Amino acid sequence: MSTKSLWALSGVRLKLFFREPGSMFWTFGFPLLVTVALGVAFRNQGQSQTPVAVVDGPGAAQVVAALAGQRGVAARVVDGAEATRELRTGEVVLAVQAGAPGAPLVFKYDPSRPEAQAARRQVDDLLQIHAGRHDTVPTRDETAVAQGGRYVDWLVPGLLGLQLLNGAMWGAAFNIVNARQRKLLKRLAATPMRRAHYLLSYRVSGLVFVPLQTFVLFAFARLTFGVVIQGSALAVLGLAFLGSWAFAGLGLLCASRAQNSETANGLINLVTLPMMVFSGVFFSSARFPSILQPAIRLLPLTAFNEAVRHVVNDGASIFSQGFPLAVLVAWTVVTSFLAVRLFRWT
Amino acid sequence: MDEAILIEGLVKRYGDLAAVDGLDLEVRRGECFGILGPNGAGKTTTVEILEGLNEPTSGKVEVLGRSWTRQADELRARIGVALQETKLFDRLTVEETLRVFASFYSGRTLPVETLLAEMQLEEKRGTWVMKLSGGQRQRLAVALGLVGDPEVLFLDEPTTGLDPQSRRALWDTIAALRSRGKTVVLTTHYMDEAERLCDRIAIVDHGKRIALGTPAELIDRIGGAHLVEITTDPALPPEALADVRGVRHARAIGQEQQPSLALSIDEPHVALPALIARLAERRAQPTRLVSRTATLDDVFLTMTGRSLRED
Repeated sequence: MSTKSLWALSGVRLKLFFREPGSMFWTFGFPLLVTVALGVAFRNQGQSQTPVAVVDGPGAAQVVAALAGQRGVAARVVDGAEATRELRTGEVVLAVQAGAPGAPLVFKYDPSRPEAQAARRQVDDLLQIHAGRHDTVPTRDETAVAQGGRYVDWLVPGLLGLQLLNGAMWGAAFNIVNARQRKLLKRLAATPMRRAHYLLSYRVSGLVFVPLQTFVLFAFARLTFGVVIQGSALAVLGLAFLGSWAFAGLGLLCASRAQNSETANGLINLVTLPMMVFSGVFFSSARFPSILQPAIRLLPLTAFNEAVRHVVNDGASIFSQGFPLAVLVAWTVVTSFLAVRLFRWT
Repeated sequence: MDEAILIEGLVKRYGDLAAVDGLDLEVRRGECFGILGPNGAGKTTTVEILEGLNEPTSGKVEVLGRSWTRQADELRARIGVALQETKLFDRLTVEETLRVFASFYSGRTLPVETLLAEMQLEEKRGTWVMKLSGGQRQRLAVALGLVGDPEVLFLDEPTTGLDPQSRRALWDTIAALRSRGKTVVLTTHYMDEAERLCDRIAIVDHGKRIALGTPAELIDRIGGAHLVEITTDPALPPEALADVRGVRHARAIGQEQQPSLALSIDEPHVALPALIARLAERRAQPTRLVSRTATLDDVFLTMTGRSLRED
């Protein structure tokens, strides 16, 4: 059987993609922008200076002197009214009021704010040590964040999943419905073209797009945020292919009958929006009630994110990811089978 | 076997609506056959059934002696198609589009160069399809229909929406195909197109064939190759002129305010002097008198009482 039409159609896919500025942006530019925006917003900020208000009064100068030069605390003297105002607005989370010598120090703070409690303990410790308290147990801090443990490390695999899903939906599925609406599918169906070749051409062109998308995203994340793939890069690529097939099956199913782009639009949103929320792209799906967890784990995007995160962040072997792999294979087989059965050319 | 296409008792229903309602047609090899009718007459449905893109509700359909239910793959390789208003890949060039379509055919295909030359698209070979004019796009659509060197070419309303110059250019290309002996099936709602291009024409209305023949035969059937339209003062009824020598048929046309008569005539040199004499006899002044060749439009109007152009 001749495969020349398969190669010709795959070539069409690639040419059309690279000639369409919009598809280039949504496929390559947009995920990078999201990486930057969220990576910056949720970066680990190192040790920050907690601002502390010291209420003007007899012992104020002593308190400020005790805290001066201590890392993590920036104290300054303000009058009582100003301290109350700054506490209320959150400019400071702690105000210290020293009375006459011998009277107790007063800490003013909102106990429902965790950072206020931390500031209270820290300032208390510093003042006690300054006054001569001696700690009896020696301690030492190790503050390095574990490799692969930052938010951005966790985010990037999810963005890869989202990107591949969007590619399959808005790239391929929407494109097919458009071709049906424009009667291009009908025109093709009137030729002796092997119909499977038209559908397969999307998979063949994926052999170029998927590695390119994966490489661009991870190379960018590494250069800007130092995100490192702890496990095998080949395993990530393999998962990217498997994920793209599962999403493509789903996309083809959406595209199999829809007559116009409005219907396709609705169907695609119906499929992608729940996964964007439940599958742990931007925040962990563990936050949902445990009763939902079995269903969430069966979603293809959840399975993909789970497997890729284990490989990228924990350095796990792809072969330890039996459950998510099985979920992805199942989605690929079932959706592709149904889509081909239901597909309409006219 | 002489027939390229054989249709017997073709019916296509959509719910209660019969788009095609018992159609019989035969298209001979090597002829250009026109299916003529107003919008909604069932032309496109009929052609799509012939192209294997739609299934008949009942009736017999044979293309090149084969049936779509058993020999679809074989048929697709032997026919060429230009759908009504084909939208192609926007950002593919003319030449790339032709090569992609050529890749679908396993047998012999016409060289891309030949097609570009034949359809006058050589200068546009590197142009994206989205940047072509309407006429160029239609010529590309015809070229795509010819890629597989088909035995039958189907053209569905090939010149609809084109400017007069593009229409004429496309007519020349279709006429050239016909003179090379290619079987062409053409649907149109333009009379001049059918008259100019087709060897034989079937006029369809409401999914039925209402007339069949060469353009000349069909025009002859309305009782004369010429038409005289006459307005008189005072106005005369059709009976007043129906028995004039050389007049085969007279009927009233025009509005209430300006009633006119249409006369079917074989030989104007016989009928016109007699007509003038009759007018003098009835003391009626001809305020307007037009003599013209009858067209297929007149055929349709005579047979259905409606104009083809009533869209």
